[in-house]
Amino acid sequence: MNWPHKDLIAIADLSCEEIYTILDMSKSFKEISKRDIKKVPALRGKTVVLLFYEASTRTRLSFELAAKRLSADTMALSASGSSFAKGETIMDAAQNVMAMSPDCIVIRYPYAGLPKKLARELPCSIINAGDGAHEHPSQALLDMYSMKEHFGKLEGLHVAIVGDILHSRVARSNVNGLKKVGAQVTVVAPKTLLPVGIETWGVNVSTAFDPVVGEADVIMMLRVQKERIHEQYFSGEREYAYFYGLNKTRVDKMKQGAVIMHPGPMNRGVEITHDAADGTRSIILNQVENGVAVRMTLLYLSLGGNVNVD
Amino acid sequence: MWINGGRIIDPANNRDELSDILIRNGIIQEVMPAGGPVPPGEEVLDATGLWVLPGLIDMHAHLREPGYEYKEDIASGSLAAAAGGITTVVCMANTDPVNDNASVTQYIIQKALSVGLVRVLPVGAMTKGQQGKELSEMGLMKEAGIVGVSDDGRPVENAAIMRSAMEYAATFSLPVISHCEDKNLAATGVMNEGALASELGLTGITPLAEEVMVSRDVLMAQYTGVPVHITHISTKGSLEIIREAKQQGAKVTCDATPHHLLLTEEGVRTYDTNYKMNPPLRNEDHRHALIEGLRMNLIDCIATDHAPHAKDEKDLDFDLAPFGIIGFQTLLPALMKLHLDFDIDFSQILACVTKNPAKILGIDGGELSLGSRADITIFDPEATWTLTEEMIVSKSRNTPFLGWTFTGKVVRTIAEGKIVYSAD
Repeated sequence: MNWPHKDLIAIADLSCEEIYTILDMSKSFKEISKRDIKKVPALRGKTVVLLFYEASTRTRLSFELAAKRLSADTMALSASGSSFAKGETIMDAAQNVMAMSPDCIVIRYPYAGLPKKLARELPCSIINAGDGAHEHPSQALLDMYSMKEHFGKLEGLHVAIVGDILHSRVARSNVNGLKKVGAQVTVVAPKTLLPVGIETWGVNVSTAFDPVVGEADVIMMLRVQKERIHEQYFSGEREYAYFYGLNKTRVDKMKQGAVIMHPGPMNRGVEITHDAADGTRSIILNQVENGVAVRMTLLYLSLGGNVNVD
Repeated sequence: MWINGGRIIDPANNRDELSDILIRNGIIQEVMPAGGPVPPGEEVLDATGLWVLPGLIDMHAHLREPGYEYKEDIASGSLAAAAGGITTVVCMANTDPVNDNASVTQYIIQKALSVGLVRVLPVGAMTKGQQGKELSEMGLMKEAGIVGVSDDGRPVENAAIMRSAMEYAATFSLPVISHCEDKNLAATGVMNEGALASELGLTGITPLAEEVMVSRDVLMAQYTGVPVHITHISTKGSLEIIREAKQQGAKVTCDATPHHLLLTEEGVRTYDTNYKMNPPLRNEDHRHALIEGLRMNLIDCIATDHAPHAKDEKDLDFDLAPFGIIGFQTLLPALMKLHLDFDIDFSQILACVTKNPAKILGIDGGELSLGSRADITIFDPEATWTLTEEMIVSKSRNTPFLGWTFTGKVVRTIAEGKIVYSAD
């Protein structure tokens, strides 16, 4: 069976079955990273360009490793030191990259909408590695993979996403994906960090963390950016940590078997304390490990690999 | 010139009948029932089967000259206006330099006269440099030819300065045109605030940003007695505030754009920057309210907010591209669409681009009366056509109406008795 998508722009574009296909295939790709020789020839001769126009460590490394473990050639370009810094528009940069015939462009970009536009205008595969506050589909897929790996299922899980929902592409992608696979989602944030129209998202909304702490199977903490204080979204780190931080008291109230996730990078002491981040409930580093496997699947499928589920 | 046998629709004179018109020296000499004898030797323009309308007045446009000639200039803008059946263009002051003194006003008027197609009437800035701090030289600009004052897209934030500006403008009988937007509330927004903006990951502009300022300006008009014209309203709430103010007898008028009447935020779904304008396109609920406002005569005028931007600028990310779209050539077909789709009397809609703006601005034109300016638009109500980039005479082509099929086409535009546009 062929994968029907040239690109991966948004979780919103995938069906429930397609999400499960990706998660199932990632299981076998994960095994490759555990081998002594961590490389298979699946994408030999293919070229993957990583265009990262916004700071990123984890996602970029993860995609690069994923491509390399599949034997693709990779080139990475970041905003600083590229022609972007010289004022070249992103479309010109993308057209120039395209002229060098890559098979896939993985793009991270500070504004929403560009990956969709590139997908429309360029013949190669486009994988969205995060565009503004729009979507970050590979993150949501690795998150769902990690939940499924831990709980053995996704349907019926109760996932609480806590923090800056308003500006978070991770929250949007996760909400879109988790709803499709039948999980229940509660978003938790002060009213200022909840998007207008959240009532149409099909999620539970709570402005208080405490009533949710003991109810969720998964507590996903989002990074809260310090700039938001100056933009008047909340009063300061101290009050934020008090009401929305995941600390020892709250960890102790969590449901038996419940886990803690964070897409990183963490603000320790603000949205999460070391008790939560490094404790036994944390599967944060599993998320990172699984990220490589999921991204191998995404590259493999986008570049014409067959859907292969055992 | 003798315009023969057309259906004359002239809201100012409550006329809607087959008539002939005689024009001499740029003036309408006679309007009489169709079928009369053509004066010997007179040039005849056959309008059989066509509509003959007062030349349109667009009370809100940006011609970009001086300063931004790469987007549009007075010549290209005049040509586009003529092609749209617009014989009077009221142009906003956000040029470079800003039209905040008589020299800039004179430059614009002289330039338009040398182009010689349509009448260009500038609006002066309310405050120097549109900075919202010091009053501009409104009186001197009035003598140079401005027809109103406005800081348009940089609305006066300080209420005390707004009050002074309104009273100072009234001193010179200059209408005040207000773009209502609380810049702090609108902040970095790029589209309508709501579920769609949240879904697309774009920052919203709350309807409140407009409504808070509409309230302020309406209160100012009521308190000072100075009339205020609220331009390009986009929300149900604004309309509601204006409705109440009008009921209480306040001197408040308003306009809406064809795009806010015909389009919604759904267009933004593809991140097409031709759907990025300020105020932003709202949802169907707001659009519906505007259409009903038009039907109920709450909306006095329709203005294009013609805002040309070069392709290089509009091709940026949705977050970064400038606000605004062009609108001259689609104005009349858009009005026709409103008439056909929503069954609103055409004459009533036509008043919004003829006699109503003329009255609000205190200018002549917008009517087909004996002795008035021979500004006439001849319109084929049956013709259907599809807008392509090649048809656009503006320097810029930023319009969401590309590819739209319209019913109704401008076939001739006559300004002061001179044919300034012919479709064939």
